[in-house]
Amino acid sequence: MSTYALELSNVTKSFGKTAIIRGVNLAVSKGERVAVIGPNGAGKSTLFNLISGRFEPTSGSIKLHGTEIIGQRPYEISRRGLARSFQITNIFSRLSVFENLRCAALYASGQKYSFWKPLSKLTELNDRTEALMASIELKRRRDVPASLLTYSEQRALEVGITIAGGGDVILLDEPTAGMSHSETDRFVHLIRTVTVGKTLLTVEHDMGVVFGLADRIAVLVYGEVIAFDTPDKVRADPKVQEAYLGAVLESEGAH
Amino acid sequence: MTSPNSSTPSALRPLHFKPLNGVRIVVWTTYALILLALPLVAQSSFALTLLCMTGIAAVACLSYNMLLGQAGMLSFGHAVYTGLGTFVAIQTMNKILGGWPLPMWLVPLVGGFAGLGFGALLGYVTTRKAGTPFSMITLGVGELVFASALMFPEFFGGEAGINSNRTGGTGWLHDLGLTFGPQIQVYYLIAIYLFICTAAMYAFTMTPLGRIANAVRDNAERAEFVGYDTRWVRYLIVMVSSFFAGVAGGLTALNVEAATADLLHGVRSGGYLLFTFLGGVGFFFGPIIGAVLLVFSLVVLSEITKAWQLYVGVIFLIMVVYAPGGFSALLMLNLRRIKYGEWRKMRWPYAGMMFFGLIALWGIAAIVEMAYQIQVAAGSGSEVTIAGIALDSSSHTSWAVAIAVMVAGGAAFEYWRRKFAKVWSDGEERIAEAAKKAEAAIV
Amino acid sequence: MSVLNGVSYGLLLFMLSAGLTLIFSMMGVLNFAHASFYMLGAYFAFQVSEWTNYWVAFLVAPMLVALMGGLFERFILRKTHKFGHVAELLVTFGLSFVILELVQLIWGRTAVDYKVPAALDGSLFKLFNSSFPEYRAFMMLVAVGMLVGLFLMLKKTRIGLVIQAALTHPETTEALGHNVPRVFAMVFAGGCALAGLAGVIGGNAFITEPGMAQAVGAIIFVVVVVGGMGSLGGALIASVLIGLMQTFAVGLDWSFIGGLKSLGVEVTPETFGYPVWKLKLSQVGPILPYLLLVVMLVVRPKGIMGTRDD
Repeated sequence: MSTYALELSNVTKSFGKTAIIRGVNLAVSKGERVAVIGPNGAGKSTLFNLISGRFEPTSGSIKLHGTEIIGQRPYEISRRGLARSFQITNIFSRLSVFENLRCAALYASGQKYSFWKPLSKLTELNDRTEALMASIELKRRRDVPASLLTYSEQRALEVGITIAGGGDVILLDEPTAGMSHSETDRFVHLIRTVTVGKTLLTVEHDMGVVFGLADRIAVLVYGEVIAFDTPDKVRADPKVQEAYLGAVLESEGAH
Repeated sequence: MTSPNSSTPSALRPLHFKPLNGVRIVVWTTYALILLALPLVAQSSFALTLLCMTGIAAVACLSYNMLLGQAGMLSFGHAVYTGLGTFVAIQTMNKILGGWPLPMWLVPLVGGFAGLGFGALLGYVTTRKAGTPFSMITLGVGELVFASALMFPEFFGGEAGINSNRTGGTGWLHDLGLTFGPQIQVYYLIAIYLFICTAAMYAFTMTPLGRIANAVRDNAERAEFVGYDTRWVRYLIVMVSSFFAGVAGGLTALNVEAATADLLHGVRSGGYLLFTFLGGVGFFFGPIIGAVLLVFSLVVLSEITKAWQLYVGVIFLIMVVYAPGGFSALLMLNLRRIKYGEWRKMRWPYAGMMFFGLIALWGIAAIVEMAYQIQVAAGSGSEVTIAGIALDSSSHTSWAVAIAVMVAGGAAFEYWRRKFAKVWSDGEERIAEAAKKAEAAIV
Repeated sequence: MSVLNGVSYGLLLFMLSAGLTLIFSMMGVLNFAHASFYMLGAYFAFQVSEWTNYWVAFLVAPMLVALMGGLFERFILRKTHKFGHVAELLVTFGLSFVILELVQLIWGRTAVDYKVPAALDGSLFKLFNSSFPEYRAFMMLVAVGMLVGLFLMLKKTRIGLVIQAALTHPETTEALGHNVPRVFAMVFAGGCALAGLAGVIGGNAFITEPGMAQAVGAIIFVVVVVGGMGSLGGALIASVLIGLMQTFAVGLDWSFIGGLKSLGVEVTPETFGYPVWKLKLSQVGPILPYLLLVVMLVVRPKGIMGTRDD
């Protein structure tokens, strides 16, 4: 592969005098599945915010498919094929499940800001939305306003909205946060199915999910990536053990 | 009506079935018939005037709800677009009288394009920011335009405004008798524009831009992350809304044959906001109810009592706190009750609330009216009649009676209100369960 | 002289917009009725000074307004919190409407004679034939005193610290054991008290009539947006700027025609755009703040000292 799907070079971010990200270097290849782990406060969500354009880095470079995306607005980055989910569910509360997904797919479908064609006539878009809704197992809740869904249904919708636009680089910010063990297993299976062939970056705390889902793991501690390798190598890395995994690994064993 | 994809087994092909088309045809036909038949119900020219005003107000309020209900944008300056539409229209009318070969019935459309133009110009500034700052800016821009009107008497006619005449002009329709001299002709023109505008605005809600406006309303940030420049969405919505506002303005020019600067005043903008909200922003037809309430309050209620603005203001406050969906939402909630068979249980609580509510209302009205009598109309004596019962605002007895009635009625109302709330929420639970069962039946 | 007049008017605007900014920053609520509380302050002061004297009114009126504000927040505004910011704005809008009607009901539709107290009704000093009224100096004193007091309270007291914390992180502050709803009620009442105080000193300097709320209401919105949402410093700069602009413009009869003439360009009634060129600055005065708003939004949307760029 000549270009990485996502390449971060010496990215830093400070809020006022507080440095959150202190120089992150990361190169993710196309189709790779990367899990980003690290203790609380390490800057994982900030990193996602920097990549998706919510914040601008203080310095450094972020390249999506080889093109620099720093300074671009979130919608510009989204149009280039990068989509992200949110740790705190960020859905369209009054729209139904179906409408949520359709709106998320609308721009990419080419409709953009048009108002001369009714939505009902856009059969291809509607069919794709129906299929997506089925794949995230929310068909039964098709016309329910999103604010009335259960927590895990909303998380599923959250992921659905993220991939609806057809982006090929997907960032998932703690997708299984707050879920029970069984819900998590089902959800991971869902994520694996809907992100086939896409480049995936997930922030995760659940080690079981991480070791089951990821090709490589990036360990973020105090705003720096201290390790970026396959799960086994990361597990064996003494720096990682010292900084983070140590006790957690012992209790989890090998999943 | 299946998608033409021969490789998918027919059982799995998605169905494109629109069972609601029948309902839609019925609703729109009924709407058209009502508009056609209304003048038959209106026995006097006063009633016809009211109908004309209501029709125009409906277009204005519907256009306002594109901003508020659809896109979540609270504007305090909507009168700018209706007012400027009126001014451009009135100038156009005078040009027609002077010889322009434009039929009078196209004047509202001219107003619409004027609205669109100003929407593009002013909207560029107002949509620079979203949310609460946007609201503040619309107030400022509204004041700017209103104050400017008095500075350019060449276009706005200064204090006296601009007058015109709708019966002028040429064209074969005009020669056939369509002079818009008689009010009934004006009514039908308004009705036609109202029907077309309603249909257009409704269709807009079903388009990609219309739906994305909803998404921006619900979660502007997420809309950005799914590829939409929300600033551009808001700007476009302002332009479309201003177009229809301009049409309403143009209709006003034809109806009233005059344009004065107070058409641009902030109070008028506030009126659109207030009554659209009262009608209800959550349902498409809410603003139409709002328009009816607007004309009723402005024309009828103001004749009955001097305190009408106070009443409207208080009702507005109550609605914001207790029924933010407006009257249309109240109507729909009750219709839903009927559909699930829960309405019969509400009969007695409703009756109790209404009965004692009216009594308490009498007491409140008595106090307010007597106060107004003392302050505003002291010259015409101190007598006030509420619902046929005469009171004397200078007598202590009258005051004591009013206060007593208000307190007693209020206490009884509160008792029934609590009962009502209990029965209502029980019913809501049952309805929610029934809905869940229906859902589980979907495969 | 005009400078001092402009600054004193600007400081009055700042008193109003400071309260508005505090309420908005803290609670996210745009208090549309803020100018109405200003009006209430003036009317209460008028009424109390009719019964007793100005100095009692000076103390009592702002407290009465604060009480009204607190009651409103506690019993009405709080209920709309769950419906979102639009509903909160609407309820304050409705309140402004109702206050206007009640004021007209109680005190009538024409201006009331709220007078400057005799003790302050003189001229402080004379400069080039125009006198600077004592009362204006008093106004500036009160405004500056309020500013200093506000600053000290926010930065130096414990309650100020809590308010600052609740400003950006209400949930965390509540989790730490502080009664955040009570803090909100206090801030709202405090903001209203500031507005009321502005009314007490402004009502007799200018005019006390039902239209006073609308007259100043839009301008303080402009101040807040131009100064930068949530910035007290920006509000101060914008207030003084607008105060100076309006005071100067009223007295000047310049027009574009004069300016263009000095550049050697003749403008006649036939020239295109003549209606614009012939406008005098004194005519344009009332809309200068709004023109400033438009220019600001085009050039620098986040305002003079705005922090966010959304």
